[in-house]
Amino acid sequence: MPSLLTAASTILAKELRTEFRTRELLTTTVVFSLMVVVLFSFTFDPTAAESRRIGGGLLWIAFLFAGSLMLHPSFTREQSNETLAALRLAPIEPFAILLGKLLANFLFLLLAELLLLPVFAVLYDVPLLPLTTRLLPLLLVLVLGTLGLVTAGTVFAAISAHARMRELLLPVLLLIVLTPVLISAALATTSLLADPPELPRTAVVLLVAFDVIFLTATWLFGEYLFEE
Amino acid sequence: MTHDSASRSTFDLLLTPAVAALLFVAGYAALFVAPTERSMGVVQRIFYFHVPSAWTAFVAFFIVFIANIAYLTRRRQHWDWLAVSAAEVGLAFCTVVLVTGPLWAKPVWFIWWTWDARLTSTLVLWLLYLTYLLLRTLVDDPARRAIVSAVFGIFAFLDVPLVYMSIRWWRTQHPQPVIAGGEGSGLDPLMWRVFLLCWAALLGLMVLLLRQRYRLERARHELAELSLAADSQRPG
Repeated sequence: MPSLLTAASTILAKELRTEFRTRELLTTTVVFSLMVVVLFSFTFDPTAAESRRIGGGLLWIAFLFAGSLMLHPSFTREQSNETLAALRLAPIEPFAILLGKLLANFLFLLLAELLLLPVFAVLYDVPLLPLTTRLLPLLLVLVLGTLGLVTAGTVFAAISAHARMRELLLPVLLLIVLTPVLISAALATTSLLADPPELPRTAVVLLVAFDVIFLTATWLFGEYLFEE
Repeated sequence: MTHDSASRSTFDLLLTPAVAALLFVAGYAALFVAPTERSMGVVQRIFYFHVPSAWTAFVAFFIVFIANIAYLTRRRQHWDWLAVSAAEVGLAFCTVVLVTGPLWAKPVWFIWWTWDARLTSTLVLWLLYLTYLLLRTLVDDPARRAIVSAVFGIFAFLDVPLVYMSIRWWRTQHPQPVIAGGEGSGLDPLMWRVFLLCWAALLGLMVLLLRQRYRLERARHELAELSLAADSQRPG
């Protein structure tokens, strides 16, 4: 039996290959989150000062909505050809399937966020530089927040794949559980967009705690989701 | 939970009037025995049901968590029945908290609702278990429903401390905890006794409701099995 990391990276490679054949998931996610950012301007018409104050929240609402919609195909894509059954038969730990998909989703969403970030900065007139005090801490918040989002999101995608109203159910399950991620990431982003930029330690601690707790819970309990 | 129906009925025969009497005494004590709070007046008496309801809801949600883990590791249906029963009863108590809170807040704070740490955390807690019950209604296969809702229930419970800490960091303007707070806080000893009496009464009510709801869930399961057996016996 291959080790957990070998198995997970094989699943990850498979997910990346499937996605980069068409890039449809990534394209749709980027366009969707761009829409949210644009619509936000129509509904709130913020001034430059207001943009900085609400920018973090707006960005994370866009990421959260995009994430809660893009994670859905992660398991339903396997249902059309019954390929999940084949994955389950593979001589690997069930957790490896979740981990591989989780890492793939992490890369997809992070990539979409990195594409959206400069567009957002231009549209709302918020600075992303200097590098060390603003951009790098911002990337740290993006990485930690996105990891938490896709960890809960991948597990819930496996849960909702078996339910009725599944397209609607996944956001319902995910958005409420992500309350700590939204609060910490949005407030951290906002205070990094302010002058002078500042990274609140509490936010980082909360994000790391969320990531560690939910990765551990996925490792302990995720495998039960693959039983027939 | 035993399946011994004889001992069960005797126990319930005693439990129901005992809980009813306890609730009556607790209600009387909260309204007439406990001293009137100096600055807030009579409306403060809501506290004797508001806070114990919250504590009782936490106990119920903790039972859900234990039952979720027990189901995943032991795979006995009765753990799933216990989980859904405790979630529903806990949600009912949590609803009481969310209704009595604004009733107290309006005369004291002059607003029904404010986005402070404990109010918001309680609302998120309520939404988490509402979602848990919603998820259960959307999965048809009983075995599948038990597994996925157990995993979600565990995630929801682990989320509660993180929700509380992040919201507390976000803001707080709730009256500082008066039970184990700093200087100048603390309950009058008589208030304490009434408070604990009310909590005991509500815990008794929770146990009573939990047993009833659990029995209903078991009866539903038995009915489903019987109708399945009847179907298979039908010719053709």
